Amino acid sequence: MKNKILKRLLFIILLLLAVLICLPVLFLIVGSFMGTDELNIYLGPVLGKSSGFASWPLLPTYPTFKAYVQLLLDSPEFFVMFWNSIKITGLIILGQLLAGVPAAWGFAKLKVWHGRLLFNIYIVLMLMPFQVTMLSNYLTLNMIGLMNTQWAVILPAAFSTFPVFIMYHFFRSIPDAIIESAELDGAGRMQIFLHIGIPLGSSGIVSAMVLSFLDAWNLIEQPLTFLKDMTKWPLSLYLPNITMDNAALAFVASVVTLIPSFLVFLAGQNYLEQGIAASAVKE
Amino acid sequence: MEHKLKNRAQLKDTAFIIPSLLGVSIFVLIPFIDVIRRSFMNAAASGFVFLQNYITIFQNQAFLLAMKNTLRFMGICIPILLAFSLLIAVFLNAGVRGAKTLKSAYLVPMAIPVASAVLIWRILFHENGFLSGFMHMIGLQGQDWMNTKYVFWILVFSYIWKNLGYNIVLWMAGLTAIPDTLYEAARADGANNFQCFVYITMPNLLPTLYTTAVLAFLNSFKVFREAYLVAGDYPHESMYMLQHLFNNWFRELSLDKMSAAAVVTALMIMALILVLQKVWDRED
Repeated sequence: MKNKILKRLLFIILLLLAVLICLPVLFLIVGSFMGTDELNIYLGPVLGKSSGFASWPLLPTYPTFKAYVQLLLDSPEFFVMFWNSIKITGLIILGQLLAGVPAAWGFAKLKVWHGRLLFNIYIVLMLMPFQVTMLSNYLTLNMIGLMNTQWAVILPAAFSTFPVFIMYHFFRSIPDAIIESAELDGAGRMQIFLHIGIPLGSSGIVSAMVLSFLDAWNLIEQPLTFLKDMTKWPLSLYLPNITMDNAALAFVASVVTLIPSFLVFLAGQNYLEQGIAASAVKE
Repeated sequence: MEHKLKNRAQLKDTAFIIPSLLGVSIFVLIPFIDVIRRSFMNAAASGFVFLQNYITIFQNQAFLLAMKNTLRFMGICIPILLAFSLLIAVFLNAGVRGAKTLKSAYLVPMAIPVASAVLIWRILFHENGFLSGFMHMIGLQGQDWMNTKYVFWILVFSYIWKNLGYNIVLWMAGLTAIPDTLYEAARADGANNFQCFVYITMPNLLPTLYTTAVLAFLNSFKVFREAYLVAGDYPHESMYMLQHLFNNWFRELSLDKMSAAAVVTALMIMALILVLQKVWDRED
């Protein structure tokens, strides 16, 4: 009896928390449908246009698509940056798949030369903030002649050790027995990897890729440092460049930038949870 | 003959990591080694100054401030995040209604672009923003939160908001892996909820704790993006972190100091990992 009431209470508290947490998204969506005039009414105080405090309605009083039209039909920069982001993110994920998946498998299930040590180095490298290697990255890329090309952003990220870390844990949890029986049946390394490792480890791979997508879609420091040409910039740098004057545009840009992240996130959510779960549990 | 076979097998095994290792070496490892080299040289990298740079940075006000702030930030936000997310995970695991939907809701902030989040914080924490308005309503003074020492807490808040869902999922995964039989046996022996938590749940969550801690640590560095977008190169004192310092040194080409500081940071991170690994004996 007491338990039931407690559970109900808990549910309400957690629900409230969930709503609070999602509030910012709702805020953005509502704002994106507002015209500049209405935005000035509510956000005037923040924009320095009126006194008092900012307020916000539940729904816009005068909903309009104007900002959307302006962004999607009238701003070529937006589109250029959008496709830049798609290209950059896509190539990063591809690179991580090609290099990272075999590496994670190797570390997890095979006897790599000095595997333990190398993997530990991977973990350390994974934790280094960008600023630590920023300079040398710059010089290396300059030397190779990749400076101011998008490859300067793509290649270092494609070889990130983070996905290897995530996928490693998932591959570890694949029972050795399956692999051993495959070996007994005469399967070679490659076959085991392709026909057992990848299928069984697919949640880990997908979850790593979802996380990588979210990361790549939001890259800021690297493009800012390595790309001088604004036409090569990804979408993640579009928003910071909008000043508060153009608030309407900022809202719409936020929502539009958010959508691909959200879609990927929704699609991969199940895998994401499974993948995260694998790294959390001791085998 | 057998010796040769073992070598060949290992060669084939190692082949799996070669592409990754190659890329990592070129784009991550070698730049890092170069940084180590530069930490012993002067700014133009034309002559060796040995340990001079290291001595300099430890006397540098900016470095000490940044170090203090970064450590303070991590020391505060990581435990809060881990504890809070664990609490919620335990509740969700206890069979609250709609746990799956709630989980998804908590994960939403992860999908929001950094710049959008910053936009929201700007409006929320502006002098005339929502928070100030709220304070005004309940009779308190509003202020320009972003430019005071409160900005530190805004960052903490932003960090927790963003990473809560992810950590909840991690904890729940660890929790569901604990066999129910353990709890049943304990209850049969008369243990109450609290005792169950302390003596069964927590010990079994240690491996999860390792992973969550590492990832929380990794994500705490990313807070720099929010900080930079909010306040630029020279934010309020309480928010000035290592990355700000590196960024500024990079811009003014103080490469010698930057390299030394980078090496120190890297060593600290390495030490942390080794300690974590040892303490939780994740030797597998």
